[in-house]
Amino acid sequence: MKISCEEASHICTKSQYKEASFWEILKLRLHILYCKTCAHYSKRNGTLTSLCDKAGLNVLSKEDKECMKKDLEKRL
Amino acid sequence: MAEHQLHPDNWVDQYADYLFNYAVARVSDAEIAKDLVQETFFAGLNSAKNYKGDAAERTWLIAILKRKVIDHYRKINSKKGKAEVRVNYAASSDSEGDWIEEQVADPFSQDGDNALENEELGSAIQECISKLPRKQAMVFQMKTIQGMSTEDICNELGINPSNLWVMIHRARTALMGCLNDNWF
Repeated sequence: MKISCEEASHICTKSQYKEASFWEILKLRLHILYCKTCAHYSKRNGTLTSLCDKAGLNVLSKEDKECMKKDLEKRL
Repeated sequence: MAEHQLHPDNWVDQYADYLFNYAVARVSDAEIAKDLVQETFFAGLNSAKNYKGDAAERTWLIAILKRKVIDHYRKINSKKGKAEVRVNYAASSDSEGDWIEEQVADPFSQDGDNALENEELGSAIQECISKLPRKQAMVFQMKTIQGMSTEDICNELGINPSNLWVMIHRARTALMGCLNDNWF
């Protein structure tokens, strides 16, 4: 049941994308109970996720970028 | 001397997302924003000889984009009368009466502030992402912003899942540090 801090942070990152399994989350929760460092880390990780959601970032798709590059090259 | 030179072949990779976010926040339409970014690159290319190297490349491009956004609003408002602000009930609604009292800003609403703050947050995050190593930044953006599945990203980049998680993990740790310095 016991996991290392490295594994814990790994699961924590996965869980930010809802891709950690039930068991992994359970192990992480347990680890956080006794490990202050990881508790702090996972809190910050969660904050980062909510900030990213709130900021509503956009990116251009790869195709769009390729198009832009081609157009730009034509004019170089 | 090298610093005074522009590198148009890197523009799309380095600045397209940053400029795009800037434009989207101002015209709230992805298609228009895309065109504006494209026009900005063209304009930058045409006036490259005027670039004196006083400002960073990105700042210089943003300055051009700003003009493009203004031009865009001028264009859509150019037909006479369109620029007028009409204060009235929407034609479709059948409410009537003391409309002006109903239309004043709600002092308790924080929507305006929030939108502004989120926009700043967006550029802070974008700024931090641009400091990451290229590959980490790419994986992070694909996963977090585009919301692609792990499998798709792995196929596209030819890496295995544990590789991907390590990269995302490093990117996130770096971003947390960076935002800690620049945002909180």
